[in-house]
Amino acid sequence: MSTMSNSLVQPQVESLATAGLSQGDVSDFFALLKPRVMFLVVFTALVGMVVSPSNVHPIVAFVSLLMIAVGGGASGCLNMWWDADIDAVMTRTAKRPIPAGKIQPGEALAFGVTLSVGSVIILGLVSNWLAAGLLAFTIFFYVVVYSMWLKRSTPQNIVIGGAAGALPPIVAQAAVTGHVAWDSVVLFAIIFMWTPPHFWALALVKSGDYQRAGIPMMPNVAGPDSTRFQILVYTILLAPLGMAPVVLGFGGLAYAIISLVGGFGMLALALQVYRLREGEPAMRVAQQLFGFSILYLFLLFATLLVEHGFGFFRPVFG
Amino acid sequence: MADRKSHQSLTPEEQKRRRSRSLALAFTLGVLVLLFYVVTIAKLGPGVLQRPM
Repeated sequence: MSTMSNSLVQPQVESLATAGLSQGDVSDFFALLKPRVMFLVVFTALVGMVVSPSNVHPIVAFVSLLMIAVGGGASGCLNMWWDADIDAVMTRTAKRPIPAGKIQPGEALAFGVTLSVGSVIILGLVSNWLAAGLLAFTIFFYVVVYSMWLKRSTPQNIVIGGAAGALPPIVAQAAVTGHVAWDSVVLFAIIFMWTPPHFWALALVKSGDYQRAGIPMMPNVAGPDSTRFQILVYTILLAPLGMAPVVLGFGGLAYAIISLVGGFGMLALALQVYRLREGEPAMRVAQQLFGFSILYLFLLFATLLVEHGFGFFRPVFG
Repeated sequence: MADRKSHQSLTPEEQKRRRSRSLALAFTLGVLVLLFYVVTIAKLGPGVLQRPM
């Protein structure tokens, strides 16, 4: 009896053991956290902290920032778990750990959920539960609202989903002050308004990829011309919004200059994208807008960081 | 039994990867312990260690 049950059960157990055997290296698990996105999360959250006057202990601030980073990484991991099927057919994402077969989907799910729960609880214990609740909402919004719902159902996916990527400064401000103020809301609005021109510029270049994966990005649904027009509209809104910190008094002289010059740069490139619609020049200028949009956002936030973090703040008014 | 068999079937490369995962997990746990200690001291002050038994 025992031999018979062994012979029936053993092959199944063995195949499960083989199927469940992780092929992933530490670097593969790290890649699941989307390190580049995580850097952006840390960077924008850090700026959210430094523009908010508080007397929180530096170690508490550091651990809060670390937990916001881990929460951001966890949502990236859960996004990769959910999107493994479409990642496999897009050249940009086919080498990610799950489609490459290095990490099992179940492993990624467990990893992402563990990090999500852990980061929210630790942030709540270390700083406050408002910040923890906002971090939990950010993860929920990115994974459930954006990845599971919007991404495959509407061309407005990255517009609404962009809120998740814009929330870190608000979470960070809540972590060090215990409340949410206008300055972090303005930083949220800048990232939120920056997201459509940034991603649609990439989508214009990679529309074939998105088409193959069946993702309704704006160029595939509304067409490249409509996308170019919408990029221009969002950039026209973004450029003055980028200067709002100056008006509100937390962007100094250096920030005023950078945001003015950068805003004009964004507008000039968006106009070029709108005008050039055919062939290689159209693709090249869309690529340039994508690249410049990263530099623009980086410079805005880096300037605020330098002004507030290193004592270089010189008010423009008064 | 099944566990032993799956161990036997690990290639040197798989063993190396598993070892690196285990080390990373141990490192993470160590960092967490340190983090909780440091945060406790930062939030409650060094006086937290001088309590009447």
